[in-house]
Amino acid sequence: MTTSVGAVKAAPWKDPNARPYVQVDGVSKTFGDFKAVDDVSLKIYKGEIFCLLGASGCGKTTLLRMLGGFETPSAGRIFIDGEDMTGVPPYERPVNMMFQSYALFPHMTVEQNVAFGLKQDRVPKAEIAERVATMLDLVKLGSFAKRKPHQLSGGQKQRVALARSLVKRPKLLLLDEPLGALDKKLREHTQFELISIQDQLGVTFVVVTHDQEEAMTLASRIGVMNHGEIVQAGTPSEIYEFPSSKFVADFVGSVNIFEGKLVEDEPEYVRIASDELGATLYVSHGISAAPEAVVWAAVRPEKIFMSTARPEGTDNVVRGAVQDIAYLGDLSIYLVKLATGKIVRVTQPNTSRHAEAITWEQQVYLTWDPSSPVVVTR
Amino acid sequence: MVALPYLWLLLFFVVPFVIVLKISFSDVDLAIPPYKPLLEWVGKNSLAIHLNFNNYAFLFTDSLYVDALLNSIKVAFISTIFCLLIGYPMAYGIARSETRTRNLLLLLVILPFWTSLLLRVYAWIGLLKANGVINNILIWLGLIHEPLTLLYTPFAMYIGIVYSYLPFMILPLYANLEKMDWQLLEAAEDLGCRPYQAFYKITLPLSRNGMLAGSMLVFIPAVGEFVIPALLGGPNALMIGRVLWDEFFSNRAWPVASAVAILLLVILVPFMMWYQSVQARESAGAR
Repeated sequence: MTTSVGAVKAAPWKDPNARPYVQVDGVSKTFGDFKAVDDVSLKIYKGEIFCLLGASGCGKTTLLRMLGGFETPSAGRIFIDGEDMTGVPPYERPVNMMFQSYALFPHMTVEQNVAFGLKQDRVPKAEIAERVATMLDLVKLGSFAKRKPHQLSGGQKQRVALARSLVKRPKLLLLDEPLGALDKKLREHTQFELISIQDQLGVTFVVVTHDQEEAMTLASRIGVMNHGEIVQAGTPSEIYEFPSSKFVADFVGSVNIFEGKLVEDEPEYVRIASDELGATLYVSHGISAAPEAVVWAAVRPEKIFMSTARPEGTDNVVRGAVQDIAYLGDLSIYLVKLATGKIVRVTQPNTSRHAEAITWEQQVYLTWDPSSPVVVTR
Repeated sequence: MVALPYLWLLLFFVVPFVIVLKISFSDVDLAIPPYKPLLEWVGKNSLAIHLNFNNYAFLFTDSLYVDALLNSIKVAFISTIFCLLIGYPMAYGIARSETRTRNLLLLLVILPFWTSLLLRVYAWIGLLKANGVINNILIWLGLIHEPLTLLYTPFAMYIGIVYSYLPFMILPLYANLEKMDWQLLEAAEDLGCRPYQAFYKITLPLSRNGMLAGSMLVFIPAVGEFVIPALLGGPNALMIGRVLWDEFFSNRAWPVASAVAILLLVILVPFMMWYQSVQARESAGAR
């Protein structure tokens, strides 16, 4: 997992005086009885790649469609570059959208598809030709200008859709699962291409995706959505290392969650007694929770060390038997069954080619740094 | 099994066509059937073929036939345009309606086929005649004081043809529009099109094949239409189908009637071939 190489090098969201470029203000959308988007407020800054991440049906696409003007909010307002977008139809918004299905016009060539929006705005012919050519070069499709969409591969269609939505130089580009239809290798390659194009043009992106790895790679910030709400918004590393809830911890990456009771609550450290773990967790940072409260400690698989010899100390040490191993080449995933029956997921990099491998049924000790667990109260 | 459609075509198209073609080259005769055979034994060992091209030449000497043909094409063309203008919004509406209402609407389009064409045309006579439903309502409303002459006019004939052939326009158009990716319209709006511009630039060109298919399905049979002009159009509705009928049954001029039939077929074949190629393109999925 890489951290973002996105265009926003500074962090405008940390500056209280920075002017948001896109402001979503208490926006809700209901379809009949169903609340698709529930009181979402967001500030997105110029040049950001903001990812809306969530499972299907969480409302992320509805929120995106409201930004594009294809759905009208049931409540709340959306401002783009300071302008209230209420009642502004899609064809008058300074926003373009890249559709998940790409929605390329099948009766037009690549060139005509890309030129469509400019023609609509009555841009002079010579300028259209020049801007289309530049854009096609940017997405490396210069030699495909005369092809029809059905003569293109999935990756090429994706790039035509991107070119078509960027050629009008929108203030905001909305991307609905932009890489969803591509295979894994092409997706990875295209992610970086997308970032570099965004960097060159300086357009603000809002990306909808259900793929957390994609969100981590692309985003300057991620807004994790669940049941129509933004449950947490932050940089990829904030989301990954400091999830604010069980849901976020579990949704972004894999994680081991141990339920427990707060038994010692000091500003410098806490101790959590966990029946699930069959041991006490020692966490080297304070948390804000009521004493005796039920809390959850989340430990990422890569932050757990596994050994056959008993490590020193008594805190954060448990014993278990290896139940399953998945060898992925660069790393291996071990599923370790504790005496309590809880299964813990551990990943270990395969640093040595001839390491004495841990095998099935072997008894192992698991331990982690006291700073590793994230304690959440919901 | 593969041969079955060919056998069907052979029996019900090729054989009748050859018979009609044969008659069109014959001489008239006062006999049963009323034409002379093409082949005749002359003497013992020789067979003579009498090919009479005069029937075809005759079609172009008497202006009746060419006029009737041109008029038929004109009527069919205008009817097709009206079917398209009325049928397109209907097909569009059905294609964009919800699945449940869609099936009901499609049923309503097909429903008239459950009664015979003749009955439906007679129903129009009841509506259009001097003391018919339409005139009575207009008089009752006080809009007119004397009944309008609606029946036995070109107006009545067009109403009959457009009404009868409308489903043939709607169904292929619907089949085409139903496959349309409506997200394309959102994409067009996103790129700056107002809804009507998106319709003109995206929906219309993409439904071209549906419009062509529907138009051919209306135009081809409408050119040879006989029943509707005869019942609604009055004595002056000069249609090639009617001329053919008269030649056959009133004049008993089978050879000339056959020549008219062959000529009509020759004129319509290009349209049929065009329709075929449109259908092939449509099913191949290329637009």
